[in-house]
Amino acid sequence: MSSARETIFQALRATSTPATRDIPPQVDRQEWGQSEKVERLTQQMSAVHAEVHHLADGDWIGWVNRELPQRGLSRLLAGGEVAQQLKQRCASSIELKHYQQPIEQWKSTLFNEVDVGITSTRGAIAHSGSLALWATIEEPRLLSLVPPVHIALLHANQIHENFEQMVVNEQWQQQMPTNTLLISGPSKTADIQQVLAYGVHGPKELIVLILEDA
Amino acid sequence: MSDQAAAFKHRINTALGDEQAHSNFRSAMSMLMEKRAAQFPDEDELLEKRQRANAIRAHALRNLPQLLEQLEQQLINNGIQVHWARDGAEANAIIHQLLEAAGAKSVVKGKSMVSEEIDLNHYLQQHGIEILESDLGEFIIQLAHETPSHIVMPAIHKTKQDIAELFHKHFPELPYSEDVDEMTQQARQILRDRFRQADAGISGVNFMVAETGTLCLVENEGNGRMSTTVPPLHIAVTGIEKVVEKLTDVPPLLDLLTKSATGQPITTYFNMISHPRQAGELDGPEAVHLVLLDNGRSHIKRDEVLLDTLRCIRCGSCINHCPVYVQVGGHAYGTVYPGPIGTVLEPMRLGIDQIGTLTSACSLCGACAQVCPVQIPLPKLINRLRADSVSHQNHSGVKGEGSLRKQAEVLSWKGWRWLYSSPLRYRLFSKLATRLRGLTPSSIGGWSRYRTVTKPAPRPLSELIKEAGFDHE
Amino acid sequence: MPTHPDEIYFMGTCLVDLFYPQAGLAGMKLIQGAGVRVIYPKDQGCCGQPAFNSGYREEALEVARSQMRCFPHEIPIVVPSGSCAGMVIHHWPELFAGETDEKQAIAVSRRTVELTQFLVDQLNLQLEDLGEPTEIAVHTSCSCRNELKVEDRIESLLSQLNQVTVLEQPRKAECCGFGGSFAIKQPEISGAMVQDKTDALHSTGATRVVSQDCGCLMNIGGALEKQQRTMQPQHIAEFLLERTHE
Repeated sequence: MSSARETIFQALRATSTPATRDIPPQVDRQEWGQSEKVERLTQQMSAVHAEVHHLADGDWIGWVNRELPQRGLSRLLAGGEVAQQLKQRCASSIELKHYQQPIEQWKSTLFNEVDVGITSTRGAIAHSGSLALWATIEEPRLLSLVPPVHIALLHANQIHENFEQMVVNEQWQQQMPTNTLLISGPSKTADIQQVLAYGVHGPKELIVLILEDA
Repeated sequence: MSDQAAAFKHRINTALGDEQAHSNFRSAMSMLMEKRAAQFPDEDELLEKRQRANAIRAHALRNLPQLLEQLEQQLINNGIQVHWARDGAEANAIIHQLLEAAGAKSVVKGKSMVSEEIDLNHYLQQHGIEILESDLGEFIIQLAHETPSHIVMPAIHKTKQDIAELFHKHFPELPYSEDVDEMTQQARQILRDRFRQADAGISGVNFMVAETGTLCLVENEGNGRMSTTVPPLHIAVTGIEKVVEKLTDVPPLLDLLTKSATGQPITTYFNMISHPRQAGELDGPEAVHLVLLDNGRSHIKRDEVLLDTLRCIRCGSCINHCPVYVQVGGHAYGTVYPGPIGTVLEPMRLGIDQIGTLTSACSLCGACAQVCPVQIPLPKLINRLRADSVSHQNHSGVKGEGSLRKQAEVLSWKGWRWLYSSPLRYRLFSKLATRLRGLTPSSIGGWSRYRTVTKPAPRPLSELIKEAGFDHE
Repeated sequence: MPTHPDEIYFMGTCLVDLFYPQAGLAGMKLIQGAGVRVIYPKDQGCCGQPAFNSGYREEALEVARSQMRCFPHEIPIVVPSGSCAGMVIHHWPELFAGETDEKQAIAVSRRTVELTQFLVDQLNLQLEDLGEPTEIAVHTSCSCRNELKVEDRIESLLSQLNQVTVLEQPRKAECCGFGGSFAIKQPEISGAMVQDKTDALHSTGATRVVSQDCGCLMNIGGALEKQQRTMQPQHIAEFLLERTHE
C-alpha cells in the first residue's frame, strides 16, 4: 500500500528472527469456589466505591422499584431483555426509557434526560473486582456510560476468578464483539492533587446487584 | 558547557528552586510507591509475574513484523482501517486528512503519550481544528498551556489552588472553588457538552491484539470511552511496538500495568475495541482508524541492547521510584517522556546531540529496574547511552553518537587509565596522595558546595596490611 | 562457591585503599577471625567502575583487566563495597564481552562476593556484642539493594548485636545521591538528594550511620560534616569489629 508501510516493514524484517512462543504459565490462580468469588468481588468492588447488593434472582425489579424513588431517581434507561422485564413490572413512579434508536436521533435526551442506566453483564472477575460487559444491539455501549448512575445485574454463577481465566474459559478470542468492557467501580479521577473524586465523566455511582439462584 | 547542557542545568535549577512543586512531587511519589507496594505483597509472585510479562513483550518484539501483519489483517477484517506513519509529521498529516475527509472540526481526545510525542494538538490547531483534551489532568495542562510533567498523572505538579484559579480564569461563569469534588463536577459539566457535540474522537492505545484485531484502552475517568464511543469517527494513534500476539497476553500485562502505575488492582475501565459500529448497533463510531507510528522504533529495534526499551508498557513506575525525578519533577527533563524511561527513550528519539545530557541525571541507583513490570534494565541502558555519548567510534547507530565527547574529559580519563592500569604508578600515586593529604583542595566544584571534602587517609590500606600481618602476594 | 573457604582474596577497592583503609582492615580482620586466610594482592587498584559509569569503556576495560590479573587463583574474592562488587559481578561480563579474556572475566565475576553477603552466607559469622548500648542508623547502598539484592545481610549481622538498636529513617531505600560521576556532573540534584538523605538520617536521632559502601559514606559523611551535624559515618566492617573486640 503506502511506502511508509513498506519502509517500516523492511526495517523490522531486517532485524527480526521469528521465535516460537515460550511464555511461562499463570502464577496467581487461587481455585476459589462460588461463594469465595462472590465475597472477593464484593470486597474489591466495595473498596472502589461501588455499591453491591446480593439479591435472589427474581427480586431485582422489586429492588429497583423500591430504591429508585427513595433516591429521587426516576428516569431509567434499559435495553433488550432487561427493558422487557421492567416494562411488565416497573413501578409507575419510574419513567422507563428503552434504548432502541441510533444515538444520533436522541443524543441530547440520552445526555440530559436520563438518571439511571441499567444493564445486564456477561459476567465478572473476582480477583480485580470487575464486571464484564459486551456491547450488543440490545444493550449499546453508552447505556453504561452516559447516565449518572449505572445499575449492573450480575448472576453469581458467572463470576470468574481472574481476567485471564475468563478469557480462556469463554474463548473470547473466537468472537470479540464491537466492544468489550471491564468496569470496576464508578468513574473516578485523582488528577487534582491526587485527591480521589468520583463521577468525572462516566457514572458517579455504580450499583451492582448480584443475583443468586433461588 | 554545550547549549543542551546549559539549558538542562537551567531547567534543573528552576525546578530545584520551586519548593511547592518539590513538595508536591515528594508527597505524590511517596503515595504512589506505597500504593504499588501494597498491591504486591508477595515478592516471589511479583517476580514471576514480571518475568512472564517480560516474556510476553519480548516475544511480541521478536515477531514484530509477523504480528503487525496479522494485526493489520485482523483489523481490516473487523472493519478498522489501518494507516502507517514513519514519523510524527506523517502521523499528523494522516490524522488531519481523516478529519478533513469527514468534515470534522471539533475533536475530543483521550490521554495519549504518542499524541504528545508527535505534538498532534499543535498541528491540528494550526490547521483550524479544535482539539480538546478530555482526561482531567490533560485538560488542566491544556488550559495552562503546559506539557505533562508525568506520563500517567500529567498535572501532578499542580496544586488544587492552581487548578481552581485556572478554571476560574477560563470559565468565569462557574463559581470559584478549591473543593476537589466541586472542581471535578465543573470539569464534567464543561466536557459533557463537548463529548456530545464532537465530530471525532482521538485516543491512544495501551495494547493491540494481533490475534483478534483488538485495541485496548486503560482509563479511570470514562473520557476514553466517551471519546471512542460518542463521536461518529474514532482515530486511534499508537506506536508499532504496542502489539501483543494473543488475547490471553493482555490480562497479565493489564494486571501489572495498573498495579505498577497507580497501585490500583485494575482501572475503572478497560475498553476493548474490535469493530466500528456494526449493522443494527445503536451507538459507537461508524468509522474507526488506527494510525501506527514508527518514529524511530524500528531503528531502536536494530540494537540488541536498546531494544529492551520497546517492551515498555508506559506504567510510569520507573518515574515514581526515581530519586532524581522526585527532586526535579517532569518538566526539568524538557522532553515528552521524563524520568528513567525518558532518559533512555528521548536521546534515542531526538538524538544525543539534542538531549543526550539527560543521561548524566541518573545516579544509577537501580530503583527503576527493580519495579519495571517488564524488567527493562534501565540503568544498563542509561549507562550504554553514556558510552554512546562519548564514543569516538560511531558504530552504535544512535543519533548524535559521540557528540558529547569533550577533549578535556577524554584526557582526564586517559590520565586515570595511565595511573590505574599500572600497579607501580598506582602505588606511587597512593603513597603521594596519602603523604600529601594536607594539600587536598577543600573545594572541588559542585561536590564541595554540599559536602566537606574527604581527605585521603594518612596511609593507604596497601601499606597497613603489611604491618597487620596479612598475606599480600 | 564453597561455604567457609580456607582462603580468600580481599579486593580492597581504590576508595577504601585511599580514604577508608580502616574499613578494609576491619573487613579483613573479621574474615581472618573466622579462620580464613586472607590474601590482599598488593598490585590491586581499581575495578574500573568510575570510567565505566562515565561512558569511557575502553579506559575502564584496561583498568579492569589490570585488576583482574591480581586475582588468578580459584578462590572467592571478597569486596567491602556493594558498588565495586556489583561492577565485577554484573558489569565485567558486559565490559569484557567479545574480548579474548572474556571467559576469565566471567569466571572472576562468579567468584566475587560482597563483604556482608560473604560474612552471612558463607561464614555464617557469629557476633558477640561487647559494646555499650547504642542507637545507629543504617544506609544500605543501592548496589547492595537493587543490583546484588543482599540488602538484608547488613541487618542480619546487626541483629546479632544485643546492645545495638537500629533506628529506621524515612524512605530508607532511597539513593543518597552519590552515583560517582553523577555527583560531579549534576551537583545540584545530587546535593538535593544528599540533603534529603541526611535530613532523614538525622531525624532518627542516631549518632552514627553505618553502610556497606564507602561511596555512600563519603557522600553522606561529607554532607553531615558540612551541615555541622554530629552524626558519624562508619563502614559496617569497622562497626562490627569495634563492637566485638575489646
